[in-house]
Amino acid sequence: MSLPPFQTLVDAHWRDVARLAHALAGPNLGDDVAQQAWAQALAAYPRVTSARNLRGWLLTITHRCAMDAHRAGRRTVAHEDPAALASAPAVPGPVAPDDGLWSRVDALPSRQREAVVLKYVADLDHRAVACALDTTPAMSRRLVSDALAALRVDLEDLR
Amino acid sequence: MTLFDDFAPVVRPPELPRTDISYAVEDTAVGRLLLSVRPDGRLVTCAYVRSGDEEEAWLQRISDVVSPRVLRAPSPLEGVRRELDDYLGGRSTRFTVRPDLVLASAFQRSVLEGLVASVGYGSSTTYGALAAAIERPKASRAVGTALGANPVCVVIPCHRVLPAGSSADGQVRNVGGYAGGPAAKEYLLRLESGSSGRSSR
Repeated sequence: MSLPPFQTLVDAHWRDVARLAHALAGPNLGDDVAQQAWAQALAAYPRVTSARNLRGWLLTITHRCAMDAHRAGRRTVAHEDPAALASAPAVPGPVAPDDGLWSRVDALPSRQREAVVLKYVADLDHRAVACALDTTPAMSRRLVSDALAALRVDLEDLR
Repeated sequence: MTLFDDFAPVVRPPELPRTDISYAVEDTAVGRLLLSVRPDGRLVTCAYVRSGDEEEAWLQRISDVVSPRVLRAPSPLEGVRRELDDYLGGRSTRFTVRPDLVLASAFQRSVLEGLVASVGYGSSTTYGALAAAIERPKASRAVGTALGANPVCVVIPCHRVLPAGSSADGQVRNVGGYAGGPAAKEYLLRLESGSSGRSSR
């Protein structure tokens, strides 16, 4: 089993990992999530059994770290102020000059949002998205297409 | 379809802890060297890399043989870099950094250890004499090959081994092969003989 030196992965994929972390966890937590994902990946790397889809492996770890950060964030908020939980945005909105697209992505049901971000921000295929979301490729396709349909309706309302 | 291609947050590369292998590529007086160390500071490579391909090949070998946790990190290599700099500048004649011959075969290890034990600073030997010294008198060619693949050049002084009959009247005529090229070998031999190695290159 021959794995490339870990530095090769960092050089090739650190921007993608950072982009996905920022997209999933928002600008405040994005850096921490990316950092944590890299630390976890480094620790687990010698146990990886296939060098075929290391980018997908890294992005799956990033996704998991983002979800963990998310849950931890909710717990903190709930602990300090239960009322804030209901109004807290599921994902802090990334600041991007995109005519409100991100706020619409943000407003999607969480599974749809995760699927669409993994598909288009992380550029994963449906098999990898399914793997990250612990579901089937068919379900991933469904989630993404529902998300796109919802976004399309939203954006057409604007015109 | 790439809806979010324009999404480009300000990001920076990760900062990772020191791991199984830290490496750096260093330009020195004898050429470009790939330095890599274990967490305890032992030197796994001090290898000539004259191209990106050679660098890649060494790193892949380290990944396969030692550990795939290989990260570029200059600070763990500061000690080695300083010792090399002093050595190549003629300010010191020995290394305190310990080599780790994990990348060498058993035979290669016996050749390199025999070399370290028998040939000191400023002296030289021949492939045949070194083969005899490790009690393999017929293996001078294999000794040459083993030296050529030395993963820890300069620190393990494979440059002190010359072809038989190469020196007469105290003048070295043909230095023989060297991973860093003949000019690097000549530089090191001149440096160690005390005759102004510094100004020669």
